[in-house]
Amino acid sequence: MTTELHERQRAAGDAWRGYAGIRWREHIDVRDFIQHNYKPYTDDATFLAGPTDRTTRLWRRLGPLFVAERKKGIFDADTDNPSTITSHSAGYIDRFDEIIVGLQTDAPLKRAIMPNGGLRMVEQGLAAYGYTLDPQVRDIFTKYRKTHNAGVFDAYTHDIRAARRSHIITGLPDAYGRGRIIGDYRRVALYGVDHLIEAKKADRARIDHAPFSESIVRDREEIAEQIRALNQLTEMAATYGFDISGPAGDAREAVQWLYFAYLGSVKEQNGAAMSLGRTATFLDVYLERDLAAGTITESEAQELIDDLVIKLRIVRFLRTPEYDALFSGDPTWVTESLGGIGVDGRPLVTKTSFRFLQTLYNLGPAPEPNLTVLWSPSLPEGWKRFCAQVSLDTSALQYENDDLLRPRYGDDTAIACCVSAMAVGKQMQFFGARVNLAKALLYALNGGRDEMTGEQVMPAREPITSKTLEFDEVWEALDSTLDWLAATYVEALNVIHYMHDKYAYERLELALHDYPVERFLATGIAGLSVAADSLSAMLYASVRPVRDETGLIVDYEVEGEWPAYGNNDDRPDGIAVRLVQTFMDKIRQQKTYRDSQATLSVLTITSNVVYGKHTGNTPDGRRAGAPFAPGANPMNGRDVHGLVAAALSVAKIPYDDARDGISLTETVVPSGLGRSPEERVTNLAAVIDGFTDAGGFHMNVNVLDRATLEDAMARPELYPDLTIRVSGYAVHFVRLTPEQQRDVVSRTFHGAM
Amino acid sequence: MTLVYAHQPRCAADTATADQRAGSVASIHSWDTSVGVDGPGPRFVVFFAGCPLRCLYCHNPDTWHMRDGATMGMEAMVDRVTTMQRFLKASGGGVTASGGEPLLQARFVEEFFVRCTELGLHTALDTSGFLGARASDSLLAATNLVLLDIKSWDRSLYRRLTSVDLSPTLAFAERLAAARVPVWLRFVVVPGLTDDPANVEGIARFAATLGNVDVVDVLPFHRMGTAKYEALGIPFPLKDVDPPDELIMERVRRQFTDQGLHAR
Repeated sequence: MTTELHERQRAAGDAWRGYAGIRWREHIDVRDFIQHNYKPYTDDATFLAGPTDRTTRLWRRLGPLFVAERKKGIFDADTDNPSTITSHSAGYIDRFDEIIVGLQTDAPLKRAIMPNGGLRMVEQGLAAYGYTLDPQVRDIFTKYRKTHNAGVFDAYTHDIRAARRSHIITGLPDAYGRGRIIGDYRRVALYGVDHLIEAKKADRARIDHAPFSESIVRDREEIAEQIRALNQLTEMAATYGFDISGPAGDAREAVQWLYFAYLGSVKEQNGAAMSLGRTATFLDVYLERDLAAGTITESEAQELIDDLVIKLRIVRFLRTPEYDALFSGDPTWVTESLGGIGVDGRPLVTKTSFRFLQTLYNLGPAPEPNLTVLWSPSLPEGWKRFCAQVSLDTSALQYENDDLLRPRYGDDTAIACCVSAMAVGKQMQFFGARVNLAKALLYALNGGRDEMTGEQVMPAREPITSKTLEFDEVWEALDSTLDWLAATYVEALNVIHYMHDKYAYERLELALHDYPVERFLATGIAGLSVAADSLSAMLYASVRPVRDETGLIVDYEVEGEWPAYGNNDDRPDGIAVRLVQTFMDKIRQQKTYRDSQATLSVLTITSNVVYGKHTGNTPDGRRAGAPFAPGANPMNGRDVHGLVAAALSVAKIPYDDARDGISLTETVVPSGLGRSPEERVTNLAAVIDGFTDAGGFHMNVNVLDRATLEDAMARPELYPDLTIRVSGYAVHFVRLTPEQQRDVVSRTFHGAM
Repeated sequence: MTLVYAHQPRCAADTATADQRAGSVASIHSWDTSVGVDGPGPRFVVFFAGCPLRCLYCHNPDTWHMRDGATMGMEAMVDRVTTMQRFLKASGGGVTASGGEPLLQARFVEEFFVRCTELGLHTALDTSGFLGARASDSLLAATNLVLLDIKSWDRSLYRRLTSVDLSPTLAFAERLAAARVPVWLRFVVVPGLTDDPANVEGIARFAATLGNVDVVDVLPFHRMGTAKYEALGIPFPLKDVDPPDELIMERVRRQFTDQGLHAR
């Protein structure tokens, strides 16, 4: 043992008592700590405890606030105090009844302003709900302090602006926080803030003598900012009466320290997705130690997790109505990744994995935190069955393929947002929204003119002039269109992330990462099934374009039958695969900011509605303005051979060409999973096993009747908690826009007779 | 809308062709995948075209005639199963031959089940049992489960309901029991027709003597096939019959459980 190690242990006091392992004491290495100390749990859910009276009482206090929030859109907003880690004094739901404390502002559900991302977003967000930004704040962020949003528009090119305006690229994080960065919040609990500052100082010292380059100077400044943020984190915790400079000494402190770290991040960043990481099994080590020592009971252990989850459920950001149209239902993507298998073959399932799911019963179903199960057929049966049961009861879970994740990212991987994998504390991503692949196909046909406006968006190419659309000719035109689109798109992302680093750097989240961090550049596509089906129609049937007086193709006459994507038929499914691979190849050829590694997602969240709204008639027979299918889903109603066939089609899309995730949202009526509740549990687990085994990446599972949703549209007041999964996250159904509600109701319900 | 078999020639008449008789091709209405309702776990379900029965409550009148199906060869069918083989195995599911009446094309089903068994897949036969005599011993040997629909115990009611005789179904049930082929018994509760306690009692007592009935699926009559009748221009005889209420369903289930059967 080194003397340094001795000193660390002394500094840690008895916080690490009883824990095994060496490496994690000498280096910042939470995974090593978990591996040496966690206890896999392979039994069933019978040990779980219900809510305590206190938990129920605290949760109920928020009820009227939620009602008011739903009515007004937001509950309250702070209009004059831009939020930082330390900007607000301590806030409580009920100071004397909370076990885990800390709010984003000084009151629950009061939304903060974070103008560093963009001032317009703040002003419009406030205006939409009848609030006005303090003039002085406005002055500061127009006269004295530039925002990320302002920076981006200074550097956007002509093509990027045109592509953005025509909606072939939509949802770019150029006016709001990019999110999808997961700080390793566990580090604060395990080491305490001071230890983390020391480690950052050591990182900084190592690059002191590096020869000059812009990137080295930027790194030095960033590390300095990280250290500043860590100091402010300690300061913020102190306002709640906690000293988090040292490690957490017991389970309650571990939960509290971890939550403070997360809270610091959501006080300062309104990122699109502010995910929690993979915390359950880490916390379980602390809970098990206290349970073994007899200092807490199961009920108290559950209460700590319930209280944490209450806090995670009330994270709020100020958004604009336009943002809501894209990502509806006020999502925050506090994604927590549960389960999975370790590289040594031991399941990473612990009792606390179960306790997180149990919150859906103790507090009722809710969309946040976004509970994500990392699935493998070799997970313990008791865990698989409980997950399936929870899905059947709440429709609040999503599943991701742990057998795909583990070999690529290791076994301490978490999902950011919906489907984006990253090794916690080691990798981050530059979030890149998505491009409209269906529209790209129409641009290929029309030589780069927009099918809705007639405007020349892409530099002009020869339009297709044939009487009948021939697959080969169209594919060639599409290929060259995608060259332009990939280049324009990645350039936009490079500009966005350059400016985000410059003006809205996530100093606390990055303080909870290793130096140097590995970066991904996450691109995405929408409209995959529309594009694949359109090309299938050209290949297997006869598609005659209808042109307007200017020669613009505005509609199509299709003669004959053609196979649709989503029926486990290699002909159309192969087209979908080829589209993904082709676009990813083009993305790979682009130069990326900070040498980030480009990835691709097939995910739309709820933006499939907006993408569809801005896309004209398509050769597959879809009418102008009609929504796309979400994510990698087959088009609604075209997958006519049941859930298994649809899932197998989606599973064909190779994960290595879409490493930022491939999303499938399935809706099944309860009777479509078997006749008895017991069988439904077995069968749902079996379906996820089969999908995972087939190489499918992500599945949202909704077990619902269409009639329930229709009733909820008509009488929303009766369904405040009705939670459904939409493409990568869960939402309260009644908080979706009416348009999105209609889209969800019109989706394919498997098993319906 | 997409029709997968749209380019396949259709059978000219309702009588089997030479190829169909030889069992190398079949007349298929459609295929589907389902979960937990056509046998255990996720299933690849083939709906064979053609049925000798004309049940009053049939919800698939589009499967009555072999001539309305599409011709599909054995290899094409096995190829399709092969694309799902791994999923079906990993999830503890299998294949189900349904219809129509699959035993109308028993030789094809036999060869198909043998091939599926070679692929390691669980096989289920969904039948009325009326053509049970056409099922060879080797077909039964390749069958892991029979979903047997005994529609009525009362013989005259059976004939009225189905247009055929009950005896072959009972004989088939006894043969399955002797061969120890597991059975999921199906019984559709049609108010005013099949729900008479004495009628249910008869089936329940009979089923209890067989010893191979794992489960009794008590299914409520529904009218979801109405649109198909309208599309085909055939009157739906039970268009005015309401689905049974939960009280009746519960009573019928109890009649089965009282005989020591597992009803659901």
